[in-house]
Amino acid sequence: MTNAAIPIEGQQPSLHIHVHDAPASGVSHAKGQQHPIKLYLVVWAWLFVLSTCSYLVDYFGLHGYLRWSLILLFMVLKAGLIVAVFMHMAWERLALAYAILLPPVLVLVFVAIMVFESDYTHLLRVIFFGAPA
Amino acid sequence: MAETALTDTVVSTARPAGLRGIAADWSSDQRAFKNVSWGKAMMWIFLLSDTFIFSCFLLSYMTARMSTTVPWPNPSEVFALTIGDKKIPLILIAIMTFVLISSSGTMAMAVNFGYRRDRAKTAALMLATAAFGATFVGMQAFEWTKLIMEGVRPWGNPWGAAQFGSCFFMITGFHGTHVTIGVIFLIIIARKVWRGDFDVERRGFFTSRKGYYEVVEITGLYWHFVDLVWVFIFAFFYLW
Repeated sequence: MTNAAIPIEGQQPSLHIHVHDAPASGVSHAKGQQHPIKLYLVVWAWLFVLSTCSYLVDYFGLHGYLRWSLILLFMVLKAGLIVAVFMHMAWERLALAYAILLPPVLVLVFVAIMVFESDYTHLLRVIFFGAPA
Repeated sequence: MAETALTDTVVSTARPAGLRGIAADWSSDQRAFKNVSWGKAMMWIFLLSDTFIFSCFLLSYMTARMSTTVPWPNPSEVFALTIGDKKIPLILIAIMTFVLISSSGTMAMAVNFGYRRDRAKTAALMLATAAFGATFVGMQAFEWTKLIMEGVRPWGNPWGAAQFGSCFFMITGFHGTHVTIGVIFLIIIARKVWRGDFDVERRGFFTSRKGYYEVVEITGLYWHFVDLVWVFIFAFFYLW
């Protein structure tokens, strides 16, 4: 998508309205997020396509690693589009983007811990509750 | 007011690119988020904390599902609907997903028209977003009713692992609450836009602060987050 790269500093003066923070509007990265409507429509269409794809994964009953990897792929793409374009993170300063986007990545550590923990719990349940039957 | 003094301070925001720029922004006792208003920064920080809440829900669901020795109910069948005389898997959830994505689309455009100070279009698009959100909640209520009638309870269900019900009600219930709050939030802000509060800088009833069109973007951040959470719930709870 080429539209995504349109820098907002090149915006038309008439659209460039910031009532507050006026002194800061000389800053290259101004606050009023102005992007062409077409960009939103394109992202919207892509979100529809990706959602349809992830639904079709279930509809056709794919299984195993193919199913899981496709689900994760479509999920990550959709989440990325929403955060980057709809939430305008692509145009925010890096200091904000990193402060908000990095901490959730650490949740993966928690995921890893709980995977080990639930494997262990499952093993115990199989050994102590499953055998006599 | 304090924040006026803060925003009036002209600060140089020229920084080196990349990590050096981040370090420069965060260091030496200054505002870390240079060109982001406190309202937007606080909404982002709130959303970050909300991310952790939903992460914990999804993690506990993962732990329950991985550690149970009883088979997990197949969501594809549990959430299937019979339309005509064909049983279509997961169809209601798919429609709910499209409804929520559409609401995100109208919200993104509302933000755009807000910054162009197009009151009518902004308010109309926000109300459309709220209508999509209300539709979503309605469909969720239908889904809950259907499952409860079929015997799903937080402590058990007819198809398999007992934790299915508690995970389902907790995760979708908390998300549905977020959508409901979002709808209320949208209607309140849409009314303010329609009335022209942000053009005449009328002071808010509750905060006594002047409102700006950025409020529309901040409302939008919350709404897109609700959509974002659904992307993860859809993937992990319904499709996995």
